[in-house]
Amino acid sequence: MRGELELARPRAVPAPGVLRSPWVRRALILAALIAAWQVYVTVAQVKPLLFPSPTAVGEALVRDLTSLSIPRSTVTTLQFLVIGTLVGAALGLLLAAFSITSPIGHELLSILTSIFNPLPGVAILPLAMIWFGLTPTAIIFVVAYATVWPIAISTDMGFRTVSPTLQMVARTLGLKGFRLVADVLLPAALPHLLSGLKVAWAFGWRTVVAAELVFGVAGAQGGLGWYINTARYFLETPRVFAGLVIISLLGIAVEYAFRLVEFRTIERWGMKKTG
Amino acid sequence: MTPVVIVDNVQITYVDAGGRRFVAVDGVSFDVREGEKFVIIGPSGCGKTTLLRAIAGFVAPSRGTVLVGNVPVREPGPDRAVVFQDFDQLFPWRTVLDNVVYALAVTGRARGRAAVERARDFLRLVGIEAAADKYPHQLSGGMKQRAAIARALAIEPKILLMDEPFGALDAITRTQLQHELNRIWRETGVTIILVTHSIQEAAYLGHRVLVMSTNPGRVQAIVRTDHVEDMDGEAFAEATRRLRHLLGGEAEGQPVPAAEITRKEVGEAQ
Ligand SMILES: Nc1ncnc2c1ncn2[C@@H]1O[C@H](COP(=O)(O)OP(=O)(O)OP(=O)(O)O)[C@@H](O)[C@H]1O
Ligand SMILES: [Mg+2]
Repeated sequence: MRGELELARPRAVPAPGVLRSPWVRRALILAALIAAWQVYVTVAQVKPLLFPSPTAVGEALVRDLTSLSIPRSTVTTLQFLVIGTLVGAALGLLLAAFSITSPIGHELLSILTSIFNPLPGVAILPLAMIWFGLTPTAIIFVVAYATVWPIAISTDMGFRTVSPTLQMVARTLGLKGFRLVADVLLPAALPHLLSGLKVAWAFGWRTVVAAELVFGVAGAQGGLGWYINTARYFLETPRVFAGLVIISLLGIAVEYAFRLVEFRTIERWGMKKTG
Repeated sequence: MTPVVIVDNVQITYVDAGGRRFVAVDGVSFDVREGEKFVIIGPSGCGKTTLLRAIAGFVAPSRGTVLVGNVPVREPGPDRAVVFQDFDQLFPWRTVLDNVVYALAVTGRARGRAAVERARDFLRLVGIEAAADKYPHQLSGGMKQRAAIARALAIEPKILLMDEPFGALDAITRTQLQHELNRIWRETGVTIILVTHSIQEAAYLGHRVLVMSTNPGRVQAIVRTDHVEDMDGEAFAEATRRLRHLLGGEAEGQPVPAAEITRKEVGEAQ
């Protein structure tokens, strides 16, 4: 037994204290990447206008964070994104619920998704501008449009793959209609629903940034897409980079939030799909 | 006294997507008395599950009638609780206790504190009160089946329908749960209809055993086994012999040892 354990131990030299933490390792890798970037920019003498140094980007970040122009733009973008995704999710859930409770609903969903799923959210933007003008409604509309299909499709799939045994148990308990959907189908479909939400969120994120790039200011304050586009217009390349950094950080934060939700729900209940 | 369940000349037909009809069981008649342990046994595919589904209300007979409490069965309902063979019959997002509490609340049997008290009583009855706060995925197969039995009994059904509830368990756990089921029946007096592949289980647990023949499923015989007290005596040996002969005398002439079928079933379920 003991001998086997000794053999099974990895060959690599054990990492010293602090390096054991994955967070420390990740921070170090990130620092190394940024340092490499800095070295490249200084040694190769790249034009700062094309490819600014990390210090320049850092300065732009700090400046625009403290002047609140980045926070304001972030809030604007997140507002569009959250409202759009909520509308999309609500419609998607409704469509999926209709699809599971009636054959007509099923056909409706499959026809709608085959028509609209191949049409990316940004492609709808010109239409949204004709319908709603340069208003926040137009952006929220395209985000809702981009998120509704992945959510409807995956929730419907989730509903359809609920274990037949569980459905029989539900019917034995007398569950029908809304109660059946809310109490049994929805939680049972949660793994699918969550992965649909993740896809929807990613689609919505791309769509909202792209829409803001095209759009400029809708309403009182421009979003992150607008921030980047304005910086490009004035050739303030470090600010363009600063905007990209913020978008990337937000993406990481959202990913982390999803993991947290999964950990608290489907992982805790042993429902996480493996593989 | 009229029986709780009357199955009268029942035929059940499955229609597949192409519209083809398949008669699964035909001309089946039997009744089950209040407080009885009624066992259905037969070769794989003879329609045991189909019959149980008809009593539960998941399928409607194409001929004949199924009466429960003198009322024709139209749809599933909490007066006919079902325990399945599969381990996935508990709601995975609820703890063991919540599974029972939810069933009580949603069927209107009990709410709030009363529901929790009652749920705990039934978890105690099946011997898993210690696991009340665990989630189903944290339980062993045997514990999951106990929890499912607790949930089914807690809603105080007229009949407890069980479709090979111990079929996917190992032999030791299985024997243990057979004894427990007998004890639970003594304590609650609930009417049980149990489907099984195991001759021993049928002889030990049943008051009467309905032996089915296949293609289409029909009643071959109804055997009284209510004098069987335990698995050691001559009564048990005699009853198992009788059942084995009935099952061995099938059209194909192949006596199938019950244990073997069970193993095959377990393999299929995985
Ligand atoms: N949903 C269905 N559609 C079509 N045919 C079915 C369906 N369910 C069962 N059958 C058929 O009806 C017959 C009886 O099936 P049933 O599941 O009742 O058998 P069983 O006695 O429970 O078998 P087992 O012991 O293997 O569980 C089988 O021939 C089966 O193929
Ligand atoms: Mg069966």
